[in-house]
Amino acid sequence: MATLEIENLQADVGEEGGETILRGVDLTVDSGEIHALMGPNGSGKSTLGKVIAGHPAYDVTGGSVTLRLDGNEFGEEIPEDMQEWDLLDLEPNERAALGIFLGFQYPVEIEGVTMVNFLRTALNTKLEEREELFEEEEAEAEAEDEEEAEGYESSPMEGPADEGEIGVAEFQQILQEKMELLDMDESFASRYLNVGFSGGEKKQNEVLQAAILEPEIAVLDEIDSGLDIDRLQDVSDGINALRDEEGAGILQITHYQRILDYVEPDHVHVMLDGEIAKSGDADLAEQLEDEGYDWVREEVYEAA
Amino acid sequence: MSSEEIQETDTEARFEFKKEESSAFQTEKGLTEETIRVISEDKNEPEWMLERRLRALRLFQEMPMPTDWPGQPDLSEVDVDEIVPYIRPDIEARGGADNWEDLPDEIQDTFDKLGIPEAEKQALSGVGAQYESEIVYQNMKEQWEDKGVVFMDMDRAVQEHPDVLREHFMTSCVPPSDNKFAALHGAIWSGGSFVYVPEDTTVEMPVQAYFRMNSEGMGQFEHTLIIAEDNAEVHYIEGCSAPKYSEFNLHSGGVEVFVGENAHVQYSTVQNWSRNTYNLNTKRAICEADGTMEWVSGSMGSKATMLYPSTVLKGPGATDNHITIAFAGEGQDIDTGAKVYHNAPDTKSTIESKSISKDGGRTNYRGLVHIADGAENSSTAVECDALMFDNDSTSDTMPYMEIQESQVDVAHEATVGKIGDEDVFYLQSRGLDDDDAKQMIVAGFIEPITEELPIEYAVELNRLIELEMEGSLG
Ligand SMILES: Nc1ncnc2c1ncn2[C@@H]1O[C@H](COP(=O)(O)OP(=O)(O)O)[C@@H](O)[C@H]1O
Ligand SMILES: [Mg+2]
Repeated sequence: MATLEIENLQADVGEEGGETILRGVDLTVDSGEIHALMGPNGSGKSTLGKVIAGHPAYDVTGGSVTLRLDGNEFGEEIPEDMQEWDLLDLEPNERAALGIFLGFQYPVEIEGVTMVNFLRTALNTKLEEREELFEEEEAEAEAEDEEEAEGYESSPMEGPADEGEIGVAEFQQILQEKMELLDMDESFASRYLNVGFSGGEKKQNEVLQAAILEPEIAVLDEIDSGLDIDRLQDVSDGINALRDEEGAGILQITHYQRILDYVEPDHVHVMLDGEIAKSGDADLAEQLEDEGYDWVREEVYEAA
Repeated sequence: MSSEEIQETDTEARFEFKKEESSAFQTEKGLTEETIRVISEDKNEPEWMLERRLRALRLFQEMPMPTDWPGQPDLSEVDVDEIVPYIRPDIEARGGADNWEDLPDEIQDTFDKLGIPEAEKQALSGVGAQYESEIVYQNMKEQWEDKGVVFMDMDRAVQEHPDVLREHFMTSCVPPSDNKFAALHGAIWSGGSFVYVPEDTTVEMPVQAYFRMNSEGMGQFEHTLIIAEDNAEVHYIEGCSAPKYSEFNLHSGGVEVFVGENAHVQYSTVQNWSRNTYNLNTKRAICEADGTMEWVSGSMGSKATMLYPSTVLKGPGATDNHITIAFAGEGQDIDTGAKVYHNAPDTKSTIESKSISKDGGRTNYRGLVHIADGAENSSTAVECDALMFDNDSTSDTMPYMEIQESQVDVAHEATVGKIGDEDVFYLQSRGLDDDDAKQMIVAGFIEPITEELPIEYAVELNRLIELEMEGSLG
């Protein structure tokens, strides 16, 4: 079990005179919960996702993002002083290692890097990084020294030692299973990461990555945009499996009720001008779909 | 130890030391006719080779240092007068260290990081030791000999195949008059490989100079001559990942390739020069009707590199493919490219160049495609992509085209870009740290090149680039 707790989070665009985008966001996502985050364009939803994941383009000017882990996590016992992590102190890859996943609104294309190579590297690196994070500080320093001294063991003429916990064969197995779950064609495994993927295929691929990396908390940014109805079903199955099988907590950013018919939210939040203006249950999403956001805005102004 | 330190302190110091030692040349001032005569005599060369050397020397002395190319690397520190003690055929005088311990720490360190076995390290560094793959090489050699394929040291080829060499050695392909460093090379060349593949013969395994160079030592002025007769096919691979260290800081190799009718030659090289080296080469292929020439080169290391493999598409239907990759780190100027001369109808060429610059390094693509009048229905496609790590690094592209024929198909594409922050963040958010993310992007960037190489070279090139990016190579 894990909890992502966002308190009074404020963030600017990280340049001189950069615009303030997040103006005090409060939000808590628990393992096994599905939250929908809705709100008009430009209200700061994607920025929230990126700040949680540690995007360097933003400066956090106030508030906190905390990940709380149970005493028993990742199949290991977690000592009490390592159950609470201030994510804002960590690099993006360290956050990933602790179980934060961001499904991008606009996934990038990386030429020349095959999906299978990328995903196996990511999974192994994540596992390794996690181990390091939980090692005592002293032990960590020692391990690094050792690594330095060893250098490379194999001759470059012989090819690389197959580093990493998950070997090639084992990974193929995992990948195949997850691709089946998402109804993705096997051929994607040998394609370059997102290169030439349709908008829908890219979104499918984001969910595939989440399925492989098994996050504690997944932020999925407009994962439903650009999906046809069949693929929406596949992607929804993938998201539900993340929750039902891995117990992940999901923060689903979306404009549309449509996906919420398949991935039923426990909580719905509305973001306006960099704040959570209103929260409710699944009914709120339907109301927003019918009536738009203006009434929420009015409600907020009236209260102010 | 930084590369500048080595260049200014160690090289100088050892050079002085060596000069005192080798009394035979102590009185020499620079490169003279007498020096050339001694070299030739040492090698027991026939008269014609001596004459070629002397003619090349005269051309070298007449030609000015190239300084007028736009944006060319600064060559003012190349002092050919210092060359003399390093061109004797024996290993010691060529500037290899006598003891492993005498090599600069950075070089030793690189060998260690690459995980190269001890014996190989010594051979590569010029310390001189037999390399264990000698046996493998011997086995392959027997197979080749049955087919009439020749693969031997150039010095030996001069003795054993004088007719072929007289006809092809620095005559029509790379004459010494080509450029000042080709002339220098013609005067003082030593070692290298001779490959001959008879008509209708396919050499299945790539011919790897890796073995040869390690077992017989290698020079800085090596000459490679490859002759593939009609319908022959061969893949020649040269190179190794460890930086080749020499105290004298000039490498000037020569490569000549003759591609017969409907023959196919691929020349692949991955080279990594120590950071004090000026790497100035001349490589050229002549391609007859329906023949195919493929150049695959990875240029790493060196202080400055100037390398533009060129192909003359002489017969109708001939094809040339160029794939080049260059990496420039701090203080490095890597000026590479390709030249293709379409001199016959229906000829095709493709050039794909990738360069990476980091920490203030500079890469430049300098290319020329010439399509002669009458070379109708020819086509060329040039693509150069440059990837920069930071704002201190530079990357230029100079893709010259001389098109004298109207019925041709010419395509050109160039991209220059900085490594994308959004790309790096994407990979980081999946668990890769900043360095790993960048390494993965770079590995992907050069993938079109590495996929052309045999797997062990591809792995080697990737690992080299990883080490370069960590800034941990000398
Ligand atoms: N890196 C950035 N530089 C400048 N402006 C930005 C940047 N990121 C976001 N913004 C601005 O912040 C506001 C919120 O953007 P975003 O979080 O993408 O909104 P949403 O996802 O809710 O549509 C927009 O006005 C957007 O233009
Ligand atoms: Mg958005």
